[in-house]
Amino acid sequence: MSALPHLLKKEFRQIFRNKAMLPIIFVLPIVQLLILVNAADFEIRNINLIVEDLDHSRTSRELYGQFEASPYFRVVGAPATTREGLDRLDHDKATVFLRIPAHFERTLLATGTGSLALDINGIDGQAAGLSSFYITRIVADLNRNIVVRERKGALQTAGRVQVKERYWYNPDLEYKNTMLPGLMVLLVTMVGLFLTSMNVVREMEIGTIEQINVTPIRKWEFIVGKLFPFWVIGLFELALGLTIGVLVYRIPVQGNVGLLFAFAGIYLTVILGMGLLVSTRTQTQQQAMFVSWFFMVIFLLMSGLFTPIENMPTWAQNITLFNPIAYFIDVIRLVLLKGSTFSDVSRHFGIILLFAIAVNVLAVLSYRKRAA
Amino acid sequence: MIRFDQVVKRYGNTTAVDRATFTVERGELFGLIGPDGAGKSSMMRMLVTLLLPDDGTITLDGHDVVADYRFVRRNVGYMPGTFSLYTDLTVEENLQFFANVFGTTIQENYHLIAEIYEQLAPFKDRRAGALSGGMKQKLALCCALIHRPLALILDEPTTGVDAVSRAEFWSMLRRLTTTGITIVVSTPYLEEAALCDRVGLINDGRLMQIDTIGGIVASYDHALWRIDADNTRTALQVLREHPAARAAYLYRSSVMMSTDQELDPEHLTHELLRSGVTGARVSRAQPDIEDRFMDLMLEHA
Repeated sequence: MSALPHLLKKEFRQIFRNKAMLPIIFVLPIVQLLILVNAADFEIRNINLIVEDLDHSRTSRELYGQFEASPYFRVVGAPATTREGLDRLDHDKATVFLRIPAHFERTLLATGTGSLALDINGIDGQAAGLSSFYITRIVADLNRNIVVRERKGALQTAGRVQVKERYWYNPDLEYKNTMLPGLMVLLVTMVGLFLTSMNVVREMEIGTIEQINVTPIRKWEFIVGKLFPFWVIGLFELALGLTIGVLVYRIPVQGNVGLLFAFAGIYLTVILGMGLLVSTRTQTQQQAMFVSWFFMVIFLLMSGLFTPIENMPTWAQNITLFNPIAYFIDVIRLVLLKGSTFSDVSRHFGIILLFAIAVNVLAVLSYRKRAA
Repeated sequence: MIRFDQVVKRYGNTTAVDRATFTVERGELFGLIGPDGAGKSSMMRMLVTLLLPDDGTITLDGHDVVADYRFVRRNVGYMPGTFSLYTDLTVEENLQFFANVFGTTIQENYHLIAEIYEQLAPFKDRRAGALSGGMKQKLALCCALIHRPLALILDEPTTGVDAVSRAEFWSMLRRLTTTGITIVVSTPYLEEAALCDRVGLINDGRLMQIDTIGGIVASYDHALWRIDADNTRTALQVLREHPAARAAYLYRSSVMMSTDQELDPEHLTHELLRSGVTGARVSRAQPDIEDRFMDLMLEHA
């Protein structure tokens, strides 16, 4: 007769009595999905801009007007001197400082080229890049207008290439549709990794493992008893996340949810195995928490959730090949947004299955060594 | 029932258990007595399969504890030195869990624990963590007994427990042995030796003597003197230097001195006075287990 059902009964009892775990299981996902999704917005609006116009021409006023009209910028002043402008940048009164040099319009019309000076606070690299991108777009619009005006409309349509984008699978480039699935992965992973490693170490920390080891309970029964509840809870978190996503954010569900849960089921065994591995290397819940956090941060930053993997240097891209989170984020996006089927993500399934086997073999070996 | 044969356990360069050899009979209440760090816990942990001996063999009812560890785990009840039950489960849930993992139920073996559990019954729905020290200990004993083990191994069950609860605990153990269960209990309290059928005195990893308390005390073959004085501390210093003294040590508020030959108490009083020790009263003392333990430590030093 197996002791496993009794172990599971005991584990679930303990989890539902644990005042630290319950909020992590039920409150964390709701807070994360309701607050973080709104906060993790990559669009930048209302960038503080100051303009020093030394040209005072029609073109420079037009440029100024376009910045004022742009939703991305807020013109917060016109410094009298360049020094004053740079000072304001220094004191964080402005993020972008645009200088239109004297004779800008005259040079532009005479030679066909004009230059603008742009100083951007680069502390937040991403914001700086976006600012530069928005400014380039505004200047490009200006160019078009000048061409149209000077040629008196003669060449208005001739020889112009127009780019018309269509974004597939996420037509409005709704960032929530990209972020939310990723945050669900984050949630499932955190709950799986943190809670498992803490739960296994707990028995060592409070000494109950001594008593357990002098019973007929087999090691595999103990491990399965410890991990299985969090496998169930992990899948519950995914279901909760999807429900919030659909009801609150109306994210599209193009693919088969069953496929997603099948992948999550295997993925969770990888994460639980890692939790077990962490627990075999630590003595207290606190240590387990810190070690798990360390891995979590690395996996997260290299997962493609915040920075596209394609933007990373080759060596970093190679590391992400070993990051289970990256595969799950890929799969959840493909299934939810694109409606991918099993044959589309079969490579992901194969790799995650290999991970599951490798991590768990390692964890069990490590657990045995410690127990000996 | 339990047999230790030349058992050795080392941790790095220190030998925690040095060629321990003894047997415990069925239904016996056997005490392992010695100070902290003597090796009591290591012996017990080897016996209950939590630790592997480096050398020698241990058997339980004829089964080797290393080769047949699963037999041992099914048939011993172990109570570790620190409280090791689930503090977030109730009294009843703890007991039920330990009964179930051994494939039995509380009902089936209730008769074994009935007497102890009756005192716990009013608190059966209370979390184990919220119990008093004495109650925790009773619960731990119930959990160790509920699967009807052949032997009960208790690691310092009375350490840190009040005097009344300790006495009560020992009488529970005594009654348990009448059901045929074998009990090995460790304790740092020498006076608890009197409550065991036989004891093994341990110091520094070595079993110095194994006998009944009577046998142990009777094996004391020196003259023992109790000396009370106005200043015990000075008296102790002087007596340690005394040419006739084998050993001199404090016991309760007196100085105990053992000698190999008879002494004239009056003569000793005078000697003490000459050394500045006033109000000395010298009398012949009956050795007890503490004196024998000090004596053994001296012999093995």
